[in-house]
Amino acid sequence: MLDSPDLAAIWLTLRLATVTTVLLLLMGTPIAWWLARTRSGWKGPVAAVVALPIVLPPTVIGFYLLVAMGPNGPVGQFTQALGLGLLPFTFAGLVVASVFYSLPFVVQPLQNAFEAVGERPLEAAATLRASPLDAFFSVALPLARPGYLTATVLGFAHTVGEFGVVLMIGGNIPGQTRVVSVQIYDHVEAMEYAQAHGLAAAMVAFSFLVLLGLYAFNPTGRQR
Amino acid sequence: MNDPGRIHARFRLEHPGFALDVDLDLPGRGVTALFGPSGSGKTTLLRCVAGLVRAKGGHLEVNGQVWQDGGLFLPAHRRPLGYVFQEASLFAHLSVRGNLAYGMKRARPAASQALLEHIVDLLGIGQLLDRRPGTLSGGERQRVAIARALAVQPQLLLMDEPLAAMDLARKVDILPYLERLRDELDIPVLYVSHTPDEVARLADHIVALEAGRALAAGPIADVLARLDLPIRLGEDVGVVLEAVVEERDRTWHLARVAFPGGVLWVRDDGHEVGRRVRVRILARDVSLALERAAGSSILNILPAVVREIANEEHPGQALVRLDLGGASLLARLTRRSAHVLALVPGSEVYAQIKAVALVG
Repeated sequence: MLDSPDLAAIWLTLRLATVTTVLLLLMGTPIAWWLARTRSGWKGPVAAVVALPIVLPPTVIGFYLLVAMGPNGPVGQFTQALGLGLLPFTFAGLVVASVFYSLPFVVQPLQNAFEAVGERPLEAAATLRASPLDAFFSVALPLARPGYLTATVLGFAHTVGEFGVVLMIGGNIPGQTRVVSVQIYDHVEAMEYAQAHGLAAAMVAFSFLVLLGLYAFNPTGRQR
Repeated sequence: MNDPGRIHARFRLEHPGFALDVDLDLPGRGVTALFGPSGSGKTTLLRCVAGLVRAKGGHLEVNGQVWQDGGLFLPAHRRPLGYVFQEASLFAHLSVRGNLAYGMKRARPAASQALLEHIVDLLGIGQLLDRRPGTLSGGERQRVAIARALAVQPQLLLMDEPLAAMDLARKVDILPYLERLRDELDIPVLYVSHTPDEVARLADHIVALEAGRALAAGPIADVLARLDLPIRLGEDVGVVLEAVVEERDRTWHLARVAFPGGVLWVRDDGHEVGRRVRVRILARDVSLALERAAGSSILNILPAVVREIANEEHPGQALVRLDLGGASLLARLTRRSAHVLALVPGSEVYAQIKAVALVG
């Protein structure tokens, strides 16, 4: 049912989602930590910027990323100066775009988890001789584990499910930027409904299982 | 150590609607109660001592070590202290054993296994070591929290109303453990409380706080016997005396306890002879007579000398401080009685003590 271009698209999608999720967890942790604990006036603006992708049409994000990463954009000039060439229509470009697009889906669960942990366990750790960094890794991270599970699943699933940003930044290059959602679009355009069905059904099943797993393994409020 | 040293703490902190302004010189040994109504700054003061709150320009010296002075500020994790929070605040992701090990692993010098066993024994938590904090009762959690604080071998133990989150039955459960700690530990303890019974039972010294200021500080017997600012321990003013059980009368179920100013007969609560106890005598339970009353039902009648007479809030009443020859006692009388008996400082009287409470 799934031919080799389909399998290539699935493989590419999984790679993209994995790389994106790992980067998002690394980047999202300090952002979420800061948002959860700061009393700075910048909290509101930063939280709003992080949440923008939830409300903006993917085309808007795609458009501005394209401009920024293009030959005359600031990011594009920077990457060219580094000898990396241009990011649009490459796998790396897709990763950058996906990170932006899925950021709120990782930062918000982490922020909620850190807020739920609260100040007290860290103070207790401090009175038990743990430095702030030590307390973060030995107390805050383990206590925020449910949030990490949610963030990982949502970040991964959301990246797998994106279409508009991918199309604008990545285009449609087999093996490089043609992810599953784009491949389905291609099948539909070519009136290949059977193949479209195959991939689309696989996506539905995947998404359902991921969400089922999330709710089954991470029941809210039972940890504490 | 022959000289246990002192704790000197000077903090000034302004928050909207609250200011802390204290300059305290506290003993470097024994239990010092920070006592006062809620909002009086007890917890804030304790957090300043712990380094969890930074009061700019503060000064803190504990038994010769400077923890804060001018630009010097040791962060909480570098201070050799133990802290027991009002809610146990155990780490939910670790077992009881893991919670105890958390501080032990990080403390220098590392605590020995023998010490840990001793602490576990002292607090009676041997059965709980493999349990998760979520499965413990409130009293068990708090005992684990106290053990966790002790396992880092602190040089100063800070306790913030460790019994506040517990109902009366649990408190009665855990108070004996705290008394054992007081008697066995050689480190100073700052104990925040607004509960008179806890203070009367546990404290050697007391700092009475109100609205961020220290009204009085000193040994508990002295502070409670002051007439200029009667500190209410519960419903009424009164004194707490340290005493030793000397004799138990099996026939009448009474115990004779001796204190520096004499002896008292109290109800026998089963304390063995030789044990140190505390008795609390409220001012309203003490009346005065010029001669030793004969044919009285009152068991405890002690000769005393009037030291000071102060008017009370109500214009009909007076508070008298008596010297029992080494210990102070407060008595409440009507001003009419004080006039009729012609009481002045120096008068020799008999204090008739109607009720004595053994508080542990």
